[in-house]
Amino acid sequence: MNAALDTVSGIRQVFNEAVERVKSPTPIRLRDLIRQIRAARTAAEERQVVNKECALIRSTFRDEDSVWRCRNVAKLLYIHMLGYPAHFGQLECMKLSASPRFTDKRIGYLGAMMLLDERQDVHLLLTHSLKTDLNSSTQFVVGLALCALGTIASPEMSRDLAGEIERLIKSSNAYIRKKAALCAFRIITKVPDLMEIFLPATRQLLTEKNHGVLIAGVILITRMCEISQDTLQHFKKQSRSRDGGVSLGRSIPDPEDKVTSPGGPYVVNLVPNLVRILKNLIMAGYSPEHDVSGVSDPFLQVKILRLLRLLGRNDDDASEAMNDMLAQVLAVNILGRFLLNTDKNIRYVALNTLLKTVQADIGAVQRHRGTIVECLKDPDVTIQKRAMELCFALLNGNNIRSIMKELIAFIEVSDSEFQAVCSSKCVIAAEKFAPNVRWHVETLLQVLRAAGNNVRDDVVASTIQLLTEVVQQHSYVVGEMWSALRSATAQHQPLLQVTVWGVGEYGDMLVTGQASDSQVKVSEEEIVAQFEPILGSSQMSIVTKEFALMSLMKLSARLTDQSALKTIQHLVNGFGCHLNVELQQRGVEFSQLFTRHDALRPALLERMPPMEARASGRGLTNGTAAPAASVAATPAPVAAAAPAAAQSNSSALLDLLGGMDSDVSDVVAPVAPTAAAPPAASNMDLLDLLGKKSGVWRIKDDWLRVVFAGVCIEKVAQVAIRDKSWYGFVCIVRYFLWFLHPSNLKLVSSIRMYMTCMLTQSHWGGVSALTPFKCRSVWVFHKFLCPLCAARS
Amino acid sequence: MYIAQTVRFCTQEGEMHFMLLFSRQGKLRLQKWYCAYPEKQKKKTTRELIATVLSRKAKMCSFLEWKDLKIVYKRYASLYFCCAIDSDDNELLTLEIIHRYVELLDKYFGSVCELDIIFNFEKAFFMLDELLLGGEIQETSKKNVLKAITAQDLLQEEDAADNIMNDLGII
Repeated sequence: MNAALDTVSGIRQVFNEAVERVKSPTPIRLRDLIRQIRAARTAAEERQVVNKECALIRSTFRDEDSVWRCRNVAKLLYIHMLGYPAHFGQLECMKLSASPRFTDKRIGYLGAMMLLDERQDVHLLLTHSLKTDLNSSTQFVVGLALCALGTIASPEMSRDLAGEIERLIKSSNAYIRKKAALCAFRIITKVPDLMEIFLPATRQLLTEKNHGVLIAGVILITRMCEISQDTLQHFKKQSRSRDGGVSLGRSIPDPEDKVTSPGGPYVVNLVPNLVRILKNLIMAGYSPEHDVSGVSDPFLQVKILRLLRLLGRNDDDASEAMNDMLAQVLAVNILGRFLLNTDKNIRYVALNTLLKTVQADIGAVQRHRGTIVECLKDPDVTIQKRAMELCFALLNGNNIRSIMKELIAFIEVSDSEFQAVCSSKCVIAAEKFAPNVRWHVETLLQVLRAAGNNVRDDVVASTIQLLTEVVQQHSYVVGEMWSALRSATAQHQPLLQVTVWGVGEYGDMLVTGQASDSQVKVSEEEIVAQFEPILGSSQMSIVTKEFALMSLMKLSARLTDQSALKTIQHLVNGFGCHLNVELQQRGVEFSQLFTRHDALRPALLERMPPMEARASGRGLTNGTAAPAASVAATPAPVAAAAPAAAQSNSSALLDLLGGMDSDVSDVVAPVAPTAAAPPAASNMDLLDLLGKKSGVWRIKDDWLRVVFAGVCIEKVAQVAIRDKSWYGFVCIVRYFLWFLHPSNLKLVSSIRMYMTCMLTQSHWGGVSALTPFKCRSVWVFHKFLCPLCAARS
Repeated sequence: MYIAQTVRFCTQEGEMHFMLLFSRQGKLRLQKWYCAYPEKQKKKTTRELIATVLSRKAKMCSFLEWKDLKIVYKRYASLYFCCAIDSDDNELLTLEIIHRYVELLDKYFGSVCELDIIFNFEKAFFMLDELLLGGEIQETSKKNVLKAITAQDLLQEEDAADNIMNDLGII
């Protein structure tokens, strides 16, 4: 009776305690929190719910409550995924993973993987619980630890736990083995030195029946081979061993598991093994658990193939062993069918594969040219890109015309990035494969028109260079230029630049009616009138205007009509007060060419000879000034346009005047600054600029202003040396030329000293690649100035 | 300064760099990162990638290039499954991995839908952790994966049962 009463009271007590617990506030369940959050209709409401819950969770963490820790951390993880900060839960995750309960461990490790990463020191605290769990008797606990380690291992953790992993790879439990192998993979990625520890274990891994362990083993070995060449060799030259056989369920064991090349070292225990596994996978019958659309375990097959590729590279023996098998595995030449498939993924894969094979075997890919060109019109960007690359790879002399047409159509409709890339490639390809000059010129113009303003900078320069080279066809060229010029707008500035240059250079042919086949005759006023909108429009870039101004000047030497010349002079004078200093300087200096130096003008603006091949000029590297001697030795990339002072003998002048360059920033015929109307800055301000010790003149404008105003040139030279400014150097060269005068000889020689000093300096600040402009300045200095100084002194 | 460091994403990690699951409205349902990015980087990457993938049209192919990674994505009903791999990794295989994952979830939840993944996100993670480890595939047999998951769920339930009995003072 007493015993029964005791039991009843015991039960009542337990019941009361349970009721108590129900009454006291327990944290809400994860499910309910998710419902609450989803029920929030605005972001603000959601934030409110989340913040409230976070505060509760924080307080329970502070209270060290272990009962509900798991549920709270789970909620925290959900909140974290929504994007809210959750770093205060890191320690809690670690406490959870140290708990003996499996549920806690599961959530704890999940939290650790989500919230911690190897960049934070806090993660090292996990090492201890990992170590304990790696030694657990429950396989799933070991599994959890291995999974966490494999995801967030840092170099320190890897070093600490490598020993445990090595032991676990040899475990009798396949579940653990496979996870341990992948952990090892991660460890050796983080700390390649630890690879030796795992090497002995790898041999066993390939003799597995279990696909999971097998694939993990293959992955591990692949990574080992990728990391270290020595290991790769080691695997290739493993000596004969007794345990080479591999069996996979229903497979047929092959007694000959080693291949020895006649007289050579033993080859590859590894390769025959892999080959046999592959064979078994393919030949063996249907296995439902590994089957994917009729292929048995494609994941494993792919990994094995990858490893075989690594092993077979540059190794004939290994490749021999693989060949037979691979021929059966690989898809045969049905790529063409893939290309026509409507499924985009298949098309993508086909194009990708073709791109890779086109290096090896162009002929095979040419067959599909038509389809590839069709793919250019696909709305999908990824496919367009692949198709474009393939088109360029397929170009040859025969198909250039048709493919180029398609490519130009493609450029017109594609976006700016594509336009830039495609246009550059088209220009290069046109140069390589053009069947004749006319097609070439037409194509270049079409490309420039199609790509509008998205052409890369070098395309304009290379186009112009190409045009100078085709001497016989200049009459045709200029005709094309003229019609293109009439139709180009501000959206086609590169095209404008090229055509303007062309018209300027060969304008006389237009007038005399030699231009193109139609014998079109253009009046001089018309030509000049075409320039006015370009020069006046605010939509045109400064570069385009520079081109136009230069071309206009050239035309002044080509045209004979007085009224046209007057118009040109008027236009040029107008630039004397332009806001842009470069244009202003040109305006002023060119005006001088009509007045003070009128005699020089025709010679200065003569037609240019063909430019030399681009390659020869760029001998100087970025930023380093070659010693003076070698500079003189390199041929001038482009003939300089520096006119000599009036007093210099005409032979020197003619020498210099190889012709004019159309390139942007040079070109100018420097004018004696004192004759010009100087810009607003007074001499005082400029001397202040000179006095600036700290500020460095980075802007072209500063230099131009100073030289323009005739400030003491010695001071300027000193500043240029101090600031290591290329542009300063260049301005001085120009100044130098104009002031070369017998009475100035002392000045001249001292400046020459400065310039030599500048040239031999090894580091030039703030300079990007050496442009033709700079090369030319150096060339001018050496070709013209030094001999003159030497002659006089 | 992270800027220079994160220009090149993680080097030489496992095949998969990360996996994201998100809805058609751009809400993230699952994220698994196999390499260490700082938190800000993760958020930025997620945002940008979601925007990029959602702007793709229905018939387009499942692969796109993004920074120096290849992105493989597939849409199942209202969820996008999106993985990032190296540019020279096998994208078709990644598609298969995604499909395998979806099949496993389907088997486990019984005709899975987005709500299942929302309310049981931790289980979705557990499933993923049985399929992939360190970014590489660890088990190619569907049966084995499901077996492992079921066994662990059982462990959890035994745990819970133990707890109740502990609390009631029976054990």
